[in-house]
Amino acid sequence: MNDKDFILSCPIPISDYPNVLMAHGGGGKMMQQLIEKMFFAVFGNEYLAQRTDSVVLNLEKSKIAYTTDSYVVKPLFFPGGDIASLAINGTVNDLAMSGARPLYISLGMIIEEGLPMETLWRIVNSIKEKADKAGVEIVTGDTKVVDKGKGDGIFINTSGIGVIEHDKVISPYEIIEGDLIFINGDIGRHGIAIMAKREGLGFESEIESDCAPLNHVVTDLLNTGIEIHCMRDLTRGGLVSALVELSTASGYEFVIYEKDVPVREDVNGACELLGFDPMFVANEGRFISFIPEKYSDAALSILNKHGEGKIIGRVEKKNNEGVTLASRIGTKRILDMISGEQLPRIC
Amino acid sequence: MKFIDEYRDAEAVKQYVNQINKIVTGNWNIMEVCGGQTHSIVKFGIDELLPKEITLIHGPGCPVCVTPLEQIDKAIELASRENVIFCSFGDMLRVPGSKKDLLSVKAEGGDVRILYSPVDALKIAKENPNKEVVFFAVGFETTAPANAMAVYQAKEQGVKNFSILISHVLVPPAIEAILSSPSNKVQAFLAAGHVCTIMGYEEYYPIAEKYKVPIVVTGFEPVDILQGVYMCVKQLEEGRAEVENQYSRVVSRDGNKYARDIIKKVFTLSNRKWRGIGEINKSGLTLSEDYMEYNAEEKFNLNDIKVDEPKQCVSGKILQGLIKPNQCEAFGTLCTPEHPLGATMVSSEGACAAYYKYRSKEKVN
Repeated sequence: MNDKDFILSCPIPISDYPNVLMAHGGGGKMMQQLIEKMFFAVFGNEYLAQRTDSVVLNLEKSKIAYTTDSYVVKPLFFPGGDIASLAINGTVNDLAMSGARPLYISLGMIIEEGLPMETLWRIVNSIKEKADKAGVEIVTGDTKVVDKGKGDGIFINTSGIGVIEHDKVISPYEIIEGDLIFINGDIGRHGIAIMAKREGLGFESEIESDCAPLNHVVTDLLNTGIEIHCMRDLTRGGLVSALVELSTASGYEFVIYEKDVPVREDVNGACELLGFDPMFVANEGRFISFIPEKYSDAALSILNKHGEGKIIGRVEKKNNEGVTLASRIGTKRILDMISGEQLPRIC
Repeated sequence: MKFIDEYRDAEAVKQYVNQINKIVTGNWNIMEVCGGQTHSIVKFGIDELLPKEITLIHGPGCPVCVTPLEQIDKAIELASRENVIFCSFGDMLRVPGSKKDLLSVKAEGGDVRILYSPVDALKIAKENPNKEVVFFAVGFETTAPANAMAVYQAKEQGVKNFSILISHVLVPPAIEAILSSPSNKVQAFLAAGHVCTIMGYEEYYPIAEKYKVPIVVTGFEPVDILQGVYMCVKQLEEGRAEVENQYSRVVSRDGNKYARDIIKKVFTLSNRKWRGIGEINKSGLTLSEDYMEYNAEEKFNLNDIKVDEPKQCVSGKILQGLIKPNQCEAFGTLCTPEHPLGATMVSSEGACAAYYKYRSKEKVN
């Protein structure tokens, strides 16, 4: 969107308030105007139209999944996504990983005083677009404005409710020996995209975040009757953190085949340069699933329909070995979580 | 990826392991000097592929690990000051000083920034004329040219609010210190490929000759390291002690002339303390007379800060290859990346960190 589009389309009079003021969160007329003219105008639906303190949802008698997450990304906009795509997809994906169909999202925004109204407008529209793509509705929300310097532009919290329409149990405790470990695409892109933008690292080609909703692919997997024992989306800490968490919870050893873990060449190059290991770099549209071998063809065909499916490992015996990597050169080593953040090395 | 995949090729790895097996008859201790090589060895399990006759000893070539506690404390002192923007390579932030690390200073409100190039620190200095910007100039010959360039440009451009806290060390004096130690076990060296990219390998000829040790300039990928080991073993078995270059796709005998020139222009040789090892004569760099005004230690009068190394950390022995990380009493128990006793446990190139990350956490005897 360019400036002209913004001025024409933003319902808040731009000449009056080019930036968010404390009063926009103060509970008075200005806040009302922001909610009515911007948020309701964009998200408008039957739930918001209830105009009650809390939304009343009519869920069929079924199990529900419920989750919450906060988003504090810097920069707010990056190649392949923005804080809005994280706020929607992150919560949608957490619901999908429990085998739920995501339906309703709450939206809490903590805005830093002085945030350009245009930026807020872009984010709000992007939230709407991502919610539509994932098939969820924003049903309740909250706005606070904090003093300049007390926030990084905007922080967003979303909670989500999804319904579970099957009787399968999907959890780390369902993992058993012989399960194959699937992934739905290449790893490490989100972390490198953010890093490149934040640190002003000019790579020859722009690396785009993999940020995407995972509920559609999960629904397809479930509807095909594939027996999914466990799923986990890969976010901060990357592939390894997810694997280690699940191995610890289930008590099984996982073996990962290094040569089968998909990493794009540009991501690999950036990691080599910075001294990072792509297996620890963040993702926002990738998940691993634990599925018995007999379903592998069916699972791969669905994963390939939505992305690029790959079998990257296998569940071995129940022991305390944790996660081991069968390296490209035929050796074996442990994979463990890193203790803090990955920091770029000296040379 | 070109220049990576072919050097991580399982078939090529197997061939070199077979070749080494074919020629080895004696027991040989080979030291890889550089921490980057140590990480590669432990990460890919290269030492486990080698015949039992060959022991790889991990050397002192990790710039973070050998930076003395004293310099870390000076960095912390500077970073805690109100008017200072303290810039560093990311790797240094977790290294424990005697009381805290730079990450804690940042959490307490210090302006500590991670940079990828010292020249960026100069840019920050120009953007913040009312602040003092200090760059933590740490490293071997590899990082020296960029650090020298930042100081050179600062002087050219008349930037006064920029300085560097120096902890620059050199590889050849460290090799000589190891070789002249009575407890030395090292019989051959894999020299650090990236250091030689800058410096060339002319300066290793006198060492190879004087101490009768093979020195092979070696790269960082599994096939590089195995080829370097093969070349060392071949020399040892044949009774030769020469300088050879395995990493010829990157390193030339003369190195990078322009990089060496800028080092020579801005820096001069100096004695340096090495963490856990002690002071080694002419083993480092400091700013030459012409550039002294950019030396943070002088500028901020930090020379009074003197700190003794903690006794419980045996990183000095590890850096000299006298013991392996998992032979340390504290390994994996008292000393972990979350609660490190020494820098070798936190640096991405530290031997203890490599063992902790890629090997069992258990101590071996």
